[in-house]
Amino acid sequence: MAEGFADTPRFRLIDAPPLARFVLRAPEAARKAAGKAYGLALPEMLNRGASIGERGKPGARVALHLGPDEWWLIVPEAEGPEVFGALEKALAAHPHSLVEISHRQVGYVLEGEGAASLLNAGCPLDLSETAFPPGMATRSLFHRVGLMIWRMAPATFRLEIDRSLAPYFVASLAESARDHN
Amino acid sequence: MTGFRMAAGGRIDRSKPLRFTFDGRQMHGHAGDTLASALLANGIHLVGRSFKYHRPRGIVSAGAEEPNALVTIDRGGGRETPNLRATQVELYEGLVARSQNRFPGLRFDIGGINNAFSRFLGAGFYYKTFMGPRFAGGAKLWARLFEPAIRRAAGLGKAPAGPDPDRYSNRFAHCEVLVIGGGEAGLAEALRRSEDPACRVILCDEQAEFGGWMLVEAPERADEMVEALSARPNVTMLRRSQAFGAYAQNFVAIAEQLSDAQALPDPDRPRERLWQVRAGEVVLASGAIERPLVFPDNDRPGILLAGAAETYLRRYGVLPGRKIVVLAACDTAYGAAFALQDAGAEIVAIAETRAAPGAGEIAARALARGIPVLPGTTILGTTGHLRVSGVQLGRIRPDGTAEPSGGFTADTILMSGGWTPSIHLFSQTKGKLRWEEGLGAYVPAAPAPGQTIRVIGAASGEMPAGMRSPSIGALPVAGSPDRVKAFVDFQNDVTARDLRLATREGFRSIEHVKRYTTTGMATDQGKTSNLNTLGIVAAETGRAVPEIGLTTFRAPYTPVTFGLFAGQARGDLFEPVRRTPMHDWAERNGAVFEDVGSWKRAHYFLPRRPVDPAAAGHGAMHDAVKAECRRVREAVGLFDASTLGKIELVGPDAAEFLERAYVNPVRSLGIGRCRYALLLNEAGFIIDDGIIARLAEDRFHLTTTTGGAARVFGMFEDYLQTEWPDLKVWQTSVTEHWAVIAVQGPRAREIIADLVEGIDLSNAAFPHMAVREGRIAGLPCRLFRVSFTGELGYEINIPAGLALPLWEQLAERAAEFGGGPYGTEAMHVLRAEKGYIIVGQDTDGTMTPEDMGLGWAIGKKKPDFIGKRGLMRPDLTASGRKQLVGLVAEDPARVLEEGAQIVADSLAPAGTHALGHVTSAYFSASLGQGIALAVVEDGRNRIGQTLHIPMERETIAVRVVAPLFLDPEGGRLHG
Repeated sequence: MAEGFADTPRFRLIDAPPLARFVLRAPEAARKAAGKAYGLALPEMLNRGASIGERGKPGARVALHLGPDEWWLIVPEAEGPEVFGALEKALAAHPHSLVEISHRQVGYVLEGEGAASLLNAGCPLDLSETAFPPGMATRSLFHRVGLMIWRMAPATFRLEIDRSLAPYFVASLAESARDHN
Repeated sequence: MTGFRMAAGGRIDRSKPLRFTFDGRQMHGHAGDTLASALLANGIHLVGRSFKYHRPRGIVSAGAEEPNALVTIDRGGGRETPNLRATQVELYEGLVARSQNRFPGLRFDIGGINNAFSRFLGAGFYYKTFMGPRFAGGAKLWARLFEPAIRRAAGLGKAPAGPDPDRYSNRFAHCEVLVIGGGEAGLAEALRRSEDPACRVILCDEQAEFGGWMLVEAPERADEMVEALSARPNVTMLRRSQAFGAYAQNFVAIAEQLSDAQALPDPDRPRERLWQVRAGEVVLASGAIERPLVFPDNDRPGILLAGAAETYLRRYGVLPGRKIVVLAACDTAYGAAFALQDAGAEIVAIAETRAAPGAGEIAARALARGIPVLPGTTILGTTGHLRVSGVQLGRIRPDGTAEPSGGFTADTILMSGGWTPSIHLFSQTKGKLRWEEGLGAYVPAAPAPGQTIRVIGAASGEMPAGMRSPSIGALPVAGSPDRVKAFVDFQNDVTARDLRLATREGFRSIEHVKRYTTTGMATDQGKTSNLNTLGIVAAETGRAVPEIGLTTFRAPYTPVTFGLFAGQARGDLFEPVRRTPMHDWAERNGAVFEDVGSWKRAHYFLPRRPVDPAAAGHGAMHDAVKAECRRVREAVGLFDASTLGKIELVGPDAAEFLERAYVNPVRSLGIGRCRYALLLNEAGFIIDDGIIARLAEDRFHLTTTTGGAARVFGMFEDYLQTEWPDLKVWQTSVTEHWAVIAVQGPRAREIIADLVEGIDLSNAAFPHMAVREGRIAGLPCRLFRVSFTGELGYEINIPAGLALPLWEQLAERAAEFGGGPYGTEAMHVLRAEKGYIIVGQDTDGTMTPEDMGLGWAIGKKKPDFIGKRGLMRPDLTASGRKQLVGLVAEDPARVLEEGAQIVADSLAPAGTHALGHVTSAYFSASLGQGIALAVVEDGRNRIGQTLHIPMERETIAVRVVAPLFLDPEGGRLHG
């Protein structure tokens, strides 16, 4: 449970464990090599996420395709340096940018049958499963803060918010939750 | 029957009696009542006083179009809402309602004297009386005396003075079909479309119950349809939900009332919910509104729309009156008359404005019921003060006048001028309208491009023959029509005479007539008056209605609370506030914060934090800043620079990009070195500055100003995507990844030395303007040797989540050396002593590098950079431009005022051209005197001169000096 947010039977907000995060900017030609080194194929389709392993546990890998040449890579905190090194080595032949952003943002999991509707209190996207199926990921807004939304499962959303805005986000979510009990 | 309540019938729950008060009087109603139906059940028609003339007014309608019955509902605790339509207020136990715009009371109102002077309060009254140049005293008298008095007298309810204690929420929603209006057409459409389970349907209706007119005529059928819809999971049904705004691309705003109908609302739950719906298709089934008829004295309490009377009887079980005269321009009025007669009322007569009513069949049925039908007849006047008591009829002559033809006593008059399709939302989406003569109304013709909106049911103009009437405008009168008051716009008190007067004074466009007379400009937006206005203006100017034009319908359809728009953005959630990882430490250690953009930054540190920093006064701040500056100059200071914008720029073309973007040469920058860099806009003016640090051949760490971070990032992205897409380089914002602790002062090296691993801190290995990656206190860091104070300094970049323990450790060490934290104010003083500029304070968007004495930063051999061409413009190279200089007052204790204007002559008269202004001014503890930075025309050539700063009470003499007050050789920096 995240501080400042009261869980209900319809939704829970969970803090993500400490994670290492990277932004990879690279042309399509580098995608396969990057996936090989990363241990998880980077999704080709835009606005899709892929993952293996359990969040925060050794070997877990997340790859989110958020822009035409932009992927976010998220791994357990301790594996950050190793992943960075492996990717730099594998991509040496490709022009690219790999930048660590581990502490730039804070991660949450919002889950429960009411999660989508709670997000729609401040997020203008169509979060129905047809329009925003499991696996989809994008940047959007919740009220006045930007965030990344990745739908891991029908009722499970992974959220990433800029560190300094996270308290405001949690307070906003808690206020919106009053209308969702 | 008790009072006017029928023993049976209607949708109210007689097993649930409710108590309420109106103007303090205890009354009873039932669950299912509106305030209007409950008042009528208690025999009350008089509910308000009119806007201008304070005429007694009663309930006219049974819906959102109500122009008269505006009340204030007081729920206590500051929950007071004015101007609610009694026809839409649901009754609950203990409801407290008050009438408005009356003093001292509703039955006797002093403002009613306006009625006697109504001849002087006609169209354009405000303009004519107060706006002319002839009006002595002019604007002052208006603002101080007349306007407040008029606003008090001609007012609606009072806006609450305290903060709104309620909560408001928001939902974004998407659907394939949004059906607006839950009457017969809307319910049928929702049923049909929701048969496909993949089709999400949202159905909204402003009332507590779906069904619309079916609730009057066929409630069982309505119940069946609602039940069928409720069973479908793909249907969202929003009751008490007013679609008030329709916007581009099928976007509709809906106000849903949640707690207003509850006796004891949960204060933790929202009062209203704003739905922002994006629909694949909007289906407008908003029905039609009955038109009042415009006859003399048509505004007395007891005169209401025929359909409303039938609604009160059949839906709420209330008899609106016992002795009723009907004035009909269409057949539906007969239905109301028959129902009321069946309920026991006496229908005295039906006056027919048509020469031969309908097909004659309906009149025959009336006659068969024993109701006299008077064809070609109108009402010439009514009697009664607080309630209508009688009616004078008149026979309509072929020439359009009328002659008296007798009268009746009556306690109620029903009127029906036909039905107007509710096209407001269609019109809001810029849909094309078509005039339909037979309806006396506009109907939807074609949606605007890009809109998928369909209008169905009565709103589309398709109505049974009995609802149709071409009748609009004013009815014939006996004698001069200017001698009577026939109201068109009840809420704004506009009469047919006012409209005629406006056209006689030359107003021909409906837009002008509207603004001059204020017709249709009240809170009801002329729902009941617009077409009658058009009819009168058309008749008066001898033109067809379409030639006159139609005023634009604008959102909101009915008034919406400010709370709904504000939503949850209030108090702490009003706006995001950003705090650094060191915020809590700073707060515990006496920091007083200032807002920098959306960041909270420690401004200065009070030794012992008082309860109210403001109460500590300026002296406390002055002392704190002095102590902080001394720390940095004599020992060591710690500064939280985490808010600085940071960009990591990576790629084989990174150096090339920076070479083109900044004025400085960058390609030549060695790995591990930093450079102070200036960023210009295309015009050649400074817009940001910062440090470029080269971490590797293809990897740079840039800093920007705190406030400029987002702007610079956006500008770079713009250039990367549109100007230089061929460059292989990418930027990533790392502002929030790195926290920054600046360690500045002669002891800076000592306090970090044994914490740092893998970096040789010696001057030779790690000189000023260098960067290294290594570890500090076991944490990964990027260590910069840079200074914004003129002292030996480091900026430690460490991952934000790990920063606080390091800061705490450094703070302890600093204290041992007589050092400690310093805030943004001390930072400003320290940098000013060195003449380091702050973009946005010492520059104002019109300053070039040369103006700021920073011409040295420009790479003279570079073929191009952003702003290079701009800098060549003649006005930017001309002499006499303002240049950055230092100023010291003759009195050393004097601190100048930032923004103060500078002139050459000590006796310069007001209006003298200023040579420049003070941009920064502080008391420098190190120097023991006030210092200032300023921009002054040709400033560098004036060094040594005395200039003057005229203030309110004195003129201050100042000496122009170089903008560098301390350690000009820079020995401290390289120490």
